[in-house]
Amino acid sequence: MRLSGLALLLGVAVAFPIGLPGPATVNVGVFTLMYVGLATAWNIVGGYTGYISLGHAGFFGFGAYALGLIVTRAHVPAGVDVFLLVPLAGVATALFAIPVGWIALRTREATFVIVTIAVMFMLQILATNLRGLTGGSQGLAFPVPGWGAAFDVPFYYAMLALAATSLTVSWSIRRSRFGLGLLAIRDDEDRARSLGVRTEVSKLAAFVVSVALVGMIGGVYGYYVTYIYPQFVIDPLIGIAMVLMAFLGGMGTLAGPVVGALILEPAQLYFPYGLGQSRLYLVVYAAVFLIVILLLPRGVVPTLGDWLEQWRSHRLAEAQDRPRGDEAVVG
Amino acid sequence: MGPSLIIGAAALGVLTGGVYALMSSGLALIFGVMRIINVGHGAMVVLGAYLSFVLLRDWGVDPFLGLVVTMPIMFGLGVVLELVFVRPLRADREALSVLVTYALALGIEGVLGYLFSADYRQLRVSYDTASFAIGDFRITWVYVYGFLLAVAMLLALFGLLYRTRFGAAVRATMLNRTGAQLVGIDVERVSAIAFGIGMATAAAGGTLFGITTAFNPDSHYDLISRLLTIIVLGGLGSLRGAIVASLGMLVVEDVASVLISPTWADFTFFVILVVALVVRPQGLYGVRVRGAA
Repeated sequence: MRLSGLALLLGVAVAFPIGLPGPATVNVGVFTLMYVGLATAWNIVGGYTGYISLGHAGFFGFGAYALGLIVTRAHVPAGVDVFLLVPLAGVATALFAIPVGWIALRTREATFVIVTIAVMFMLQILATNLRGLTGGSQGLAFPVPGWGAAFDVPFYYAMLALAATSLTVSWSIRRSRFGLGLLAIRDDEDRARSLGVRTEVSKLAAFVVSVALVGMIGGVYGYYVTYIYPQFVIDPLIGIAMVLMAFLGGMGTLAGPVVGALILEPAQLYFPYGLGQSRLYLVVYAAVFLIVILLLPRGVVPTLGDWLEQWRSHRLAEAQDRPRGDEAVVG
Repeated sequence: MGPSLIIGAAALGVLTGGVYALMSSGLALIFGVMRIINVGHGAMVVLGAYLSFVLLRDWGVDPFLGLVVTMPIMFGLGVVLELVFVRPLRADREALSVLVTYALALGIEGVLGYLFSADYRQLRVSYDTASFAIGDFRITWVYVYGFLLAVAMLLALFGLLYRTRFGAAVRATMLNRTGAQLVGIDVERVSAIAFGIGMATAAAGGTLFGITTAFNPDSHYDLISRLLTIIVLGGLGSLRGAIVASLGMLVVEDVASVLISPTWADFTFFVILVVALVVRPQGLYGVRVRGAA
């Protein structure tokens, strides 16, 4: 049943830009799928291991710059070729993440959050200051493909591919021993370690995988928006959005981040985002955030799961209470 | 480049470090008492700066004097925020509190942006041009006033913590929350008041910050990244650590600004953090929890 539902979902996703063409709608699709991928990737670290990273936006930007630099330095022509180089950006991000993750993961819980924030700001400063490399605050330009009216469509499929990759990776981790180890780390790291889980390696692996995915998505994003600037591509709001989505949907679950992204991203795009209006947008965003945290602390998917369980057991109890005519009365 | 330039930069570092010490002590206090990271502390500092700005612009109240008004307001706001948004968090408090306080920061940023736009503001006072010189390096006197006020407030804070019964309750809660409850301390009340104190120090810090630095609603990101770095370096929950780390970091940054370049100055902040994390993850005065920080 599960598999056919998944196939249906995938079918809908693939058919979406064909069925509902128009740059505006496909644009929404691109960003929604982007966040599906981002939230799912973030969840591999935040949800499975319990290490909340608020700095993933830094790696998102790193991936964007990585792809941008590869493309501009190698003079890759605009077009599909750029997409083929995305995995390279992922590898670059992964390599970068190894030493960074190793240092960051030496800390626990509270400190780790702060360190990830610091890493993000460090990357932003580096991107701004290393003008020779990144163009600094003047930005870096990707080549512009000449796809005309259907410009958004290839990006949509690229994001779909990355989102599907994120989900597949997340799913396979979850079913594996490695994933069990991660969940054990989340529950009690020292006990996990004493039981033989290789915590240092596992945490780092999860971190690197998560960040590589985020970096690749960042690369495609950079290509999509053409111009990337340090403060817009390494944006704390992107980082917190993916956390909120994973959180809303249910951290640590597989479908949670997807649900969260599907709910929040279209909503986020429909808020008026003019420069004057953007300030109040923050207040509404914050309010949504707070309501979600206070009312649904476990997220949509687990809460719905609980309700489903309660409903099922209620029905079962009802069925058993129903009086039967042939019931022998024991005297 | 004369040595007076370096000494002057170091002196400036000490003076601004004092203000950062005040801001970060509030953050350290909140973490120590409630084990939550108030990622919104930077926004609260900025809010304090804007409150002083309003008092100055609309009523001509001197920022230093205005503290008499802004600090109680922020204290009250802090207590209310704690009661409404933090206290309901029961399970998984640490992770959720980060999200909650971040949301509060965004909300504050949004409101401030709506009310005051993104224009940079600064608290201009008539005496902010008077300066003195250390060799080739000039320092305006407001930095000294701000430093003195910060020192006075920190002394008051330490007085509160080490000379009053309430302070003893706070320290007990910081050491062992459950233990404190067992001896009859109302930890929830202590938490609310601690959060209020944290906000009040943020207000004071904000005013002092706003006199010397131009700010706008967006400034809280830069501030919070520094404040968080400071308390990690000092050791989470340690007030002493926050003060030492503040002074140290700011001196290094200001000297680096002179020796290397201003653009790379704030990068030194993070470099120090990285070095510290490799060498001593729990910070200067932090306690090693189990295996790590």
